[in-house]
Amino acid sequence: MGNLSEIVKKCADNYQKDPTKMLDVIRDVQAELGQVADDAIAEIAKQMNVSSIDVEGVVTFYHFFSKEPVGKYSVYLNNSAVAVMKGCYDIAKEFEKEAGCKFGEVSSDGKIGLHYTADIGMNDQEPSAIINDVIFTNLTSDKVKAIVADMKSGKKIQDTVKEFGDGNNQNALIKAMVKNNIQKTGAVLLAPFEPGTALKKAVSMTPEAVIEEMKISSLRGRGGAGFPTGMKWDYTRQSAGDKKYIVCNGDEGEPGTFKDRVLFTERAEMLFEGMAIGGYAIGADEGLLYLRGEYMYLKQYLENVLETMRKAGTLGKNAGGKSGFNFDIKIQMGAGAYICGEESALIESAEGKRGEPRNRPPFPAQRGFMGKPTSVNNVESFCSAARIMLEGGAWFAKMGTAQSKGTKLLSVSGDCKKPGIYEVEFGTTVQTLLEECDGRTAQAVQVGGPSGVCIDKSKYGNRICFDDLATGGSVIVIGPDRDILEVVHNFMEFFEEESCGWCTPCRAGNQLLLHKLEKVMHGHGTESDLQEMEKWCVTVKSMSRCGLGQTSPNPIQSTLKNFRGLYEAKIQKGKDFVTEFDMAAAVKESCAAAGRKPDLGEH
Amino acid sequence: MSEIKFTIDGKECTARAGQTIVEAAKANRIYIPVLCHFEGLKPAGTCRICTVRVGGRFMAACTTPVAEGMNVENNTPAIEDMRKEIIEMLFVEGNHMCPTCEKSGNCELQALGYRYKMMVPRFPYLWPQRSVIADAPKIYLDRNRCVQCLRCVRDVITSDGKHVFGVTMRGGKTLISIDKELAAKLTEEEAVKAMNQCPVGCILRKEIGFKIPIGQRKYDTKPIGSEIEG
Ligand SMILES: Cc1cc2nc3c(=O)[nH]c(=O)nc-3n(C[C@H](O)[C@H](O)[C@H](O)COP(=O)(O)O)c2cc1C
Ligand code: SF4
Repeated sequence: MGNLSEIVKKCADNYQKDPTKMLDVIRDVQAELGQVADDAIAEIAKQMNVSSIDVEGVVTFYHFFSKEPVGKYSVYLNNSAVAVMKGCYDIAKEFEKEAGCKFGEVSSDGKIGLHYTADIGMNDQEPSAIINDVIFTNLTSDKVKAIVADMKSGKKIQDTVKEFGDGNNQNALIKAMVKNNIQKTGAVLLAPFEPGTALKKAVSMTPEAVIEEMKISSLRGRGGAGFPTGMKWDYTRQSAGDKKYIVCNGDEGEPGTFKDRVLFTERAEMLFEGMAIGGYAIGADEGLLYLRGEYMYLKQYLENVLETMRKAGTLGKNAGGKSGFNFDIKIQMGAGAYICGEESALIESAEGKRGEPRNRPPFPAQRGFMGKPTSVNNVESFCSAARIMLEGGAWFAKMGTAQSKGTKLLSVSGDCKKPGIYEVEFGTTVQTLLEECDGRTAQAVQVGGPSGVCIDKSKYGNRICFDDLATGGSVIVIGPDRDILEVVHNFMEFFEEESCGWCTPCRAGNQLLLHKLEKVMHGHGTESDLQEMEKWCVTVKSMSRCGLGQTSPNPIQSTLKNFRGLYEAKIQKGKDFVTEFDMAAAVKESCAAAGRKPDLGEH
Repeated sequence: MSEIKFTIDGKECTARAGQTIVEAAKANRIYIPVLCHFEGLKPAGTCRICTVRVGGRFMAACTTPVAEGMNVENNTPAIEDMRKEIIEMLFVEGNHMCPTCEKSGNCELQALGYRYKMMVPRFPYLWPQRSVIADAPKIYLDRNRCVQCLRCVRDVITSDGKHVFGVTMRGGKTLISIDKELAAKLTEEEAVKAMNQCPVGCILRKEIGFKIPIGQRKYDTKPIGSEIEG
């Protein structure tokens, strides 16, 4: 016990026992102890002077925290839809065989823990896994054998990575096997960027003029909702507050997106300058980057970029050379929770709590991080803002469609020959994209991730933009041999698990939708099941509190609309009712105990 | 404070600035069903039964402030059926055995079930495995009955600002729990308060039970909401 309390005390002291640093404290405790069990929870509560139930609430909320041992080496294998397409379950078997334990378990010597996790932002290089913060991509049986052998011999996990990806993935502070897979560059985001220039331009203008320029550009938020960035900054600027914050949403949790990861790797200066520009515009002196836990491997590198920018005078006192503009940026790590991409949940999480969205009003622009006016923007939005400062709002607004200006980064994955990042002008059709990524045979395309829509061939002429097919960037190509219902099922399992649990329709409704889908997939459904499912989708969407619940039925709803035949092929036509009850299975155990053969006669 | 004019299902109403739709409706003698809402507590908006439609958008009436000129749709067949679905979801999501429950007759979930004429939930029972917490000295938590309203989380707080109740896990596994040390220190008054504000029979004061016989309890005689509708 003495040892435990010393370890916890040290971790808490490292963050001055600041309760808003709860996630960091828990992460460090888990790194030391391999788990955060009840005794550690009680000790953290004591050290941080909060109730133990609040600590337990946080520990059990986040995917990467665990009350049970996670293993000295904890393998988190992605099993989201595209990973499944690329064979993650074969890889799982290989891990189980080599490690000698099942997924959800830890090997008997406590060395290796095998866990599944949702999308880790590597959809263009699946199967992939995270082991103690180190990323492993394009996994094969041979690679798994080598990795497990290294883990068994006690090697440092980083030393297991021998080949590195392209660009900054080779940087001494990253050294990851991750590839950028930049397939198409555009004028805004992936064109060359000279550090220091964008902020310099911005601070030569008044904050009002910066906001005006943003409004002229018509830039809409790239995180999914598409709210005009200039307007958001204006509201936040107008909000009364002695302190304001700029927050960058780096949670990138929507399965199938990985474009922010590439921006972090290749355009970090552009991002941080974009944040400083936002800070200048709204009158903030502090920026916060909330980085998803999965991207821990980028943290050291990003911290170093910040340090270099401070030394160059771009950040810190008189940032960008503007006297009196003191602006700096901190990084807050997440711990695995899709809902933390929702801006108010992100703020809760950044304050060290469970990532539960807030009720609105008030909006973050009125009362956000630490109760102060806050502008939360996506990584790509900030990078676009930096370019807009350099090239002007009018230049930007020349690209795109009537309602969607500029370019968009698309993360393309699934059944195509050239998965990766495409910077396209808004208005590009799905068909054009399918040709560029060589996914012409697609029977369906999932645009906007699980919360988006699944479209069939008849809609490949539709355009990617807010006025037609809106997307935060995720495009998943589904080839001709795939079972679309399996994909739908994977997405529904994802939402069911990722619901924060706050409100009834999302918490219970998604479980019920999942059950119903399974009933139909197992051949026990009838036409009325399809109708009920349709109705329940509407209820969950209408009654849920936040964007997660309001979109979670989309996988079912959009496929019921666009691929109804798939459902109809599974149901028992012309029947009003089919029992789900399986008599043989129900009596199997008792018959075995009694040594009898089941007499199923008539029932 | 200035007076606000708005309508609920076409009926002209007035409200004070700062009131939520639920509060304003009540002042105008219109019942909007609530479950997680508890007077005096900061609204949480967890149950969503109070969902109304304003300008084509759905919102929780307990967390949304009224605004001048608002036209609130409350009692429409579509909204009422979705509310009924929420009630049914709460029934299948937990394990509710009304006949053996100390709260029967005083239970707001049960009362809503009656008001909405729920016969059998349209959803399959999920039969979750939830353990009870029986080792706190004064209170007993039967989490099978919890509807996650968070009233206890919001209100039972120690003098130095610590939560006695809290939420653990997420998604379908979300579960209310307690800080055992703090729960052991609850005063008689606090324990009774925790029990009384629980809308269902999840939090019970130990050693007292069935003080008022079933049949003579709050909702045995009058349906929930009738106190507002008059
Ligand atoms: C469930 C959910 C997940 C989200 N995930 C992200 C995310 O990973 N990244 C992001 O930028 N926005 C995400 N959003 C949108 C944010 O709430 C918010 O609108 C966005 O960060 C604002 O930035 P923008 O205006 O630049 O798009 C998510 C929203 C919801 C409802
Ligand atoms: S909709 Fe889902 S994720 Fe959003 S608050 Fe409700 S339970 Fe949480």
